[in-house]
Amino acid sequence: MKSLVQATIAILVVCALLFFVVDRLQSAGSAGSTDTITVYNWGEYIDPELLDKFTEETGIKVIYETFDSNEAMMTKVEQGGSAYDVAAPSEYMVAMMREKDLLLPIDHSKLPNLKNIDPYFLDLSFDPGNKYSVPYFWGTVGIVFNPGLVGDHLTFQSWEDLWDPSLQGKVFLVDGAREVMGMGLNSLGESLNAKDDELLDLATEKLTSLSPNIKAIIGDEITPLMINNEASVALTWSGQAADMMWENEELDFAVPEEGSNLWFDNFVIPKTAANIDGAHAFINFMLDAENSAQNNDYVGYSTPNAAAMELMDPEVIEDERFYPNEELREKLEVYENLGPEWLGKYNEHFLEFKMDIR
Amino acid sequence: MFNKASKGPLFPYIIWIALFVIAPIVLIVYYSMLDLNGNFTLANYRNFFSPVYLKMTLTSFWYAFLITLFTLLFAYPTAYLLTRTKHKHLWLMLIIIPSWINLLLKTYAFIGIFGLYGPINAFLEVFGLDPQQILFTDFSFIFVSVYIFIPFMIIPIFNSLDKMNPTLVYAARDLGASSFTTFRRVIFPLTIDGVKSGIQVTFIPALSLFMITRLIAGNQVITLGTAIEQQFLVSQNWGMGSTIAVFLIIIMVIIMLLTGQKKGGRIQ
Amino acid sequence: MKKLSTSSKVYLFLIFVVLYAPIFYLIFYSFNSGGSMHNFESFTLEHYNAVFEDSRLITILINTVIVALLSGLIATIIGTLGAIGIVSIKDKKMRKTLLSLNNVLIVSPDVVIGASFLILFTMIGVKLGFTSVLVSHVAFSVPIVVLMVLPKLLEMNTSLIDAARDLGASKRDVLTRVVLPYIQPGIFAGFFLALTYSLDDFAVTFFVTGNGFSTLSIEIYSMARTGITLTVNAISGLVFLVTILVVIGYYFVTNRSKRVNEEVQR
Repeated sequence: MKSLVQATIAILVVCALLFFVVDRLQSAGSAGSTDTITVYNWGEYIDPELLDKFTEETGIKVIYETFDSNEAMMTKVEQGGSAYDVAAPSEYMVAMMREKDLLLPIDHSKLPNLKNIDPYFLDLSFDPGNKYSVPYFWGTVGIVFNPGLVGDHLTFQSWEDLWDPSLQGKVFLVDGAREVMGMGLNSLGESLNAKDDELLDLATEKLTSLSPNIKAIIGDEITPLMINNEASVALTWSGQAADMMWENEELDFAVPEEGSNLWFDNFVIPKTAANIDGAHAFINFMLDAENSAQNNDYVGYSTPNAAAMELMDPEVIEDERFYPNEELREKLEVYENLGPEWLGKYNEHFLEFKMDIR
Repeated sequence: MFNKASKGPLFPYIIWIALFVIAPIVLIVYYSMLDLNGNFTLANYRNFFSPVYLKMTLTSFWYAFLITLFTLLFAYPTAYLLTRTKHKHLWLMLIIIPSWINLLLKTYAFIGIFGLYGPINAFLEVFGLDPQQILFTDFSFIFVSVYIFIPFMIIPIFNSLDKMNPTLVYAARDLGASSFTTFRRVIFPLTIDGVKSGIQVTFIPALSLFMITRLIAGNQVITLGTAIEQQFLVSQNWGMGSTIAVFLIIIMVIIMLLTGQKKGGRIQ
Repeated sequence: MKKLSTSSKVYLFLIFVVLYAPIFYLIFYSFNSGGSMHNFESFTLEHYNAVFEDSRLITILINTVIVALLSGLIATIIGTLGAIGIVSIKDKKMRKTLLSLNNVLIVSPDVVIGASFLILFTMIGVKLGFTSVLVSHVAFSVPIVVLMVLPKLLEMNTSLIDAARDLGASKRDVLTRVVLPYIQPGIFAGFFLALTYSLDDFAVTFFVTGNGFSTLSIEIYSMARTGITLTVNAISGLVFLVTILVVIGYYFVTNRSKRVNEEVQR
């Protein structure tokens, strides 16, 4: 009994001490006031120096919170209970959140730096007129591969190359229904937004015929495997491919000619925002050419900011694998918001395919 | 002590059950009867009895069984030997500490360790074996799961072994019982409550494992937990996700009823 | 006590090697100047410096520890009392029902718990942040404590209690002098496993947190998309080192005082 009491007291004392330390450390004000904003973003998806610079310039402190999936982020915004002033969802999530009335309109007059964005990336189907969103980073879905580990005849200019018998047990797929089903549809020459039961069945069949080649269906963990030369072919997002190629120069990335997905991460102002002016100031700050170039240097994804590109290393922006030319761009499609019913069907087909791999 | 008048300690616990168990169950059951548009339906339940989900249920059971079995096989001797070391409580603490380091980080470490160029394959090569892809196999999946659950199995077994009266063992040995008989007839029955406790905290969560099914098994193993996760987060179909959760809870209750302490009120 | 045989020692040694292998792997790469968990380039302490320069990360780490310790403590109290209450129930059906309910949170996947707690909290109007996270961690840690304490209670010899009662001990005395000391190992086990649950949890915390409050798990999981930085390895290495030192230090201090006590009593 004595030791139980002692242990309880010890824990309480330690907690009190730690509380004291945290209190001293926390210089940032509480969320929801006019001199702070809360930014809700993916982890490591912004140069932290820019957050400090923003505070220096405007006097607004930034609370940086992170999420690991679009859907989980939306659930948080939908339920409320916490003030998020700026969030960074992907394009299909912008459409979904718009539909659910979770976003506040963006006041373009407060974003003079919006002119820096390449018009090609504005006014897209998921948010006509950019009423609710501003593009942050963009990219494609393609195949990252290790030329040293696959036959020379494979260039992955076509999705068909994935079905090559020499790749038995070597292909890694990303664990995303839209990505994988989209790949199946693209390989049939169809749109990755198809709303047609027959086409989905055909795509699933086509994917099932890929089973012998599939090693695993995983997520972000593909990065260390590709870097280590342990995986030779993977379906993944261009941003992630860029991360891998940064570490392993042998790797190459290709977007097949039949077409693929064009994705965006965007800044939005969720309806939970408490400091709307601060949110606009922050978005405008990030759109600044110099800041955007610096951020791009840190994150390494493709930027839609034309003014920033002029400040960047020409070698980076001339790399057609990550800044595809007009001709290929034509063939890329943005994910449309399919609505819950069709989204469910995509997921069911994907689940069926996964269950059938073995 | 343990009579009617002493229900006092139960109060905070009952409040906990009401708030954080009953309320979520009600929510889950409610959601399980909604379709994508929020209308009342029983279609989700019908869906569950489709071959895809039945197969998934069987797979979950099979893997949870294997994981529990191997965890027990490794944990029991460990717990037994630990009780006989000099600083046994210190060693027990050292078994728990690794579980305080973030699981995702440890999983990334395992990806490196199991990798083609990782330490395990380097070790195998010393014996002239070719490097093998250990990741994304049943072996790696079960290995890492056992790794996660083993402290949860060792501790209750250690606690029951620890206070066991050693004279019982000596008596059995003096009466001519072999080590195996002593174990089977004396030691094991005396620790059965600890073992049951260990099995419960291993088997039940193993049914709903997720994350490592993707990280370590590359989605080659799909458990009910993975399916729920996907329904909630990817499909945004809370109805179907909740339905699977309802079945998971029903399955758990059945297991509890089957393995429940038969000799109920020993202390009254 | 007999000495352990060599084969037993080898067995224990191997178990410990396996348990610690991933942790040493993480720590090893925290000294890598290469920036990722492969291709060890050269030794550096830059990741450790980065930890100390990043006050946000340190705040998050301390928050994580506070939530773990406090939720572990509260859950242990509720769970222990609950377990004592459960054994005192004579009605077998009632007992089994309670035990089944106890396990609901263990079997429910984290997203389900997280989502339903989130709905619950916003319905009641609790402001998301430290309190909601703490309450949730207490909530999902209670069952593990019950499951750890229960076998000790069931093993307990009734004659012990009867004897105490015969000797005129009050109910309170029986509880504090007989029952609690006997089930103490179960209580500690429950507390330590509650710490494990709390430190490892991502999904539940994610859903119920807000207003700038974050834990280490959330940071790590949300980094997965762009790659986990070695700063996280460094911080794990530091946490590990401190924990080991505290545990070993505490063990030897209490052990010595125990020995001194025993000698005095003699």
